[in-house]
Amino acid sequence: MKKEEKASGTRYAMVIDLDACTGCGVCVVACASENNIPVMFDESDKTRNITWIQIYILANGKGFPETQLIYIPRPCMQCGNPPCVPVCPVTATRKDPNTGIVSQIYTRCIGCRYCMAACPYQARDFNWFDPSFPEGMDRYLSPEVSPRMRGVVEKCTFCHHRLMRAKAKAYTEGRRYLKEDEYIPACAQACPAKAITFGDPNNPAHMVSELIKGPYVFRLLERLGTEPKVYYISTKHWVRRMADNYLSGEFSTLRSQLE
Amino acid sequence: MFPFVFEWTWDAGYLIFMGLLYLVLGVIAFGLIYALVKTWLQLRAPHRK
Amino acid sequence: MDLALIPNGVQRCSLKRFLPWMLLWSLVVAWGLVSAFLCFYKGLNQTNMNHYFAFGLWITFDLSLIALGAGAFFTGFLTHIIGKEDLKAIINAAVVIGFICYSAAIAMLGVDIGQPLRGWFIFWHANVHSMLTEVSFCITAYLGVLTIEYLPLIFSNRKLNEIREFSIFGDNLHRTMAVFAAAGTFLSFFHQGSLGGLFGVLFARPFAFREGFLIWPWTFFLFILSSIAAGPSFTLLCVWVAKKVTGKELVKRGVFNMLAKISGWLLTAYIILKILDTISWAYGVVPRAGLSFMDFYEGPYGIWLMIAEIGIFGIIPAIILITPRLRERNGLLIIGALMNITGIALNRFAFTIQTLTIPVMPFDVFMSYFPTWQEWGIALGAVGYGILLFSLSYRYLPLFPQEAELNPVKVLGKAVTDSGLVQRR
Repeated sequence: MKKEEKASGTRYAMVIDLDACTGCGVCVVACASENNIPVMFDESDKTRNITWIQIYILANGKGFPETQLIYIPRPCMQCGNPPCVPVCPVTATRKDPNTGIVSQIYTRCIGCRYCMAACPYQARDFNWFDPSFPEGMDRYLSPEVSPRMRGVVEKCTFCHHRLMRAKAKAYTEGRRYLKEDEYIPACAQACPAKAITFGDPNNPAHMVSELIKGPYVFRLLERLGTEPKVYYISTKHWVRRMADNYLSGEFSTLRSQLE
Repeated sequence: MFPFVFEWTWDAGYLIFMGLLYLVLGVIAFGLIYALVKTWLQLRAPHRK
Repeated sequence: MDLALIPNGVQRCSLKRFLPWMLLWSLVVAWGLVSAFLCFYKGLNQTNMNHYFAFGLWITFDLSLIALGAGAFFTGFLTHIIGKEDLKAIINAAVVIGFICYSAAIAMLGVDIGQPLRGWFIFWHANVHSMLTEVSFCITAYLGVLTIEYLPLIFSNRKLNEIREFSIFGDNLHRTMAVFAAAGTFLSFFHQGSLGGLFGVLFARPFAFREGFLIWPWTFFLFILSSIAAGPSFTLLCVWVAKKVTGKELVKRGVFNMLAKISGWLLTAYIILKILDTISWAYGVVPRAGLSFMDFYEGPYGIWLMIAEIGIFGIIPAIILITPRLRERNGLLIIGALMNITGIALNRFAFTIQTLTIPVMPFDVFMSYFPTWQEWGIALGAVGYGILLFSLSYRYLPLFPQEAELNPVKVLGKAVTDSGLVQRR
């Protein structure tokens, strides 16, 4: 699996600046309307509703006036070494060797949910119910994204259909490459704080290739070896400390190396 | 499961897995066919009392 | 009324007593069928599973049933391939129990997947790198083997055996049994192992992840060993319960001893390796993931679960079953066997449910889950189905070759003799 991860070639990645994120939730709404995400009769049940990008609220655990809150939007990490792909018994999920995006074939998925057990990020959702949309909302469904049936697993695709659309456009214009702003997922486009940057880190012209070299960049659960392609930026130490598990003393060593 | 299903790849993983699988299924089928043929032959043979 | 169907030389209770017993378990099966219908019709929202608990009661039940059903292949292996003649007294019962366990497990898996109609994709679009593919192929093929092993027994029913085709075919299958037993052993080794591999390969779940040999994590080998340790104990226990329910000696005491001895030594080997595995995991996988051993036991399933699994329900039954003086006492024998299978079931529970309970992201929370009546219905329905099939097999098939010898029937009169009840061949 590791060998497949080429140093060169397109590998789409996302950088989320947690210092800029206000937790407004527009990315979640944009994602839901872009990807035909059904509306459950009880959306308050977060253990069963469908959210491809979910916002976690973190607190530093200190009392007033030192209290700090931070919001972590969590789409699918589109891992370079995805734990979910090799476990799927029916080859319904696959990492695209050309883009690094992990796809899910809804009509192939049998709903065994083994991939959900494999994913440590809880990025995969199962359709426990038949998809439903409030009266009238069905007319606003996107024709580019197939709705999912009951009993299959779904996940964030980095708005893969937008990549398809951008590629088609480039092809008609006789180009073999995409410009940086041509393909951006809905969440990144909608973010009012411009906290989400999207692009190809292997392409030096793309902003993400610079951003991921920054000193305050981290990824979630890096130690597990999943090679996530969603990067976070936070200048706050306690936030970076909460992104992974550390034994006592380990993180402070890292911190001293950094400074 | 078969080479004509599109996710099939001719790599060591598929060859070992499917090779062993078809070998075992073959052994089971062989045993079953052997018992059936033997039964058929015995039934055709004149009934001895 | 059904005297003509009852095997030669043995006595069975009257139909009037048998039918209410069957009705009772049929009701449990009906509960399961209603639950299954609801799950098919309305979807898996009928369960209490959620995104965190992607697997629930059914997977624990499946894994336990398949581990306990290992008695069939292992007894078959010892009887037909190693040539342990004494086990012939119990091989029929072991096959029936194995068939029940595997068919129930496959039926439960059929309800457990979100798109049951696409179940065949698992074969057609097989991803050979997935442990679940290996499990599916092997348990399905092995259920076929068990059916073949069950057939000669069904054909030896008194009425069916009168049909020449059946009796000859059954006889020929019986003669070829070593081939099927060998195939069954191969398949069983792999799927018991793959069930362990299922969780051992989850490298992003430090609680379940294990290093291993080539593509197989250590859990692969531990699951094989634990299943062949639990299988004979479960067979022993089932026969013991049948003995208590029917009030008859079904096999000689020596057979129980032998099963207990096999089970005991395998369990001892397993527990030693399990302890070594736990230590190497606690000092390898766990700190590498930035966690400490006790981090996994802060939630609803505390350290008591591991103490129960390895200590109470592992070491104690191992000592009982390997000590001849202890296993010769009936009470201790049964307690030992029962504790053994409880320990293995706890192990399956830990790998399925506890793995999902433990958050991997540091800011996520411990979860807990309790099944709905529909989930219980399907799980208990499987138990009910097993009791029904075992009762039918016991009543109408010569399940225990030693039964007639151990329970001599008094000749009551001509009418009874004519029915064939005491006629021996």
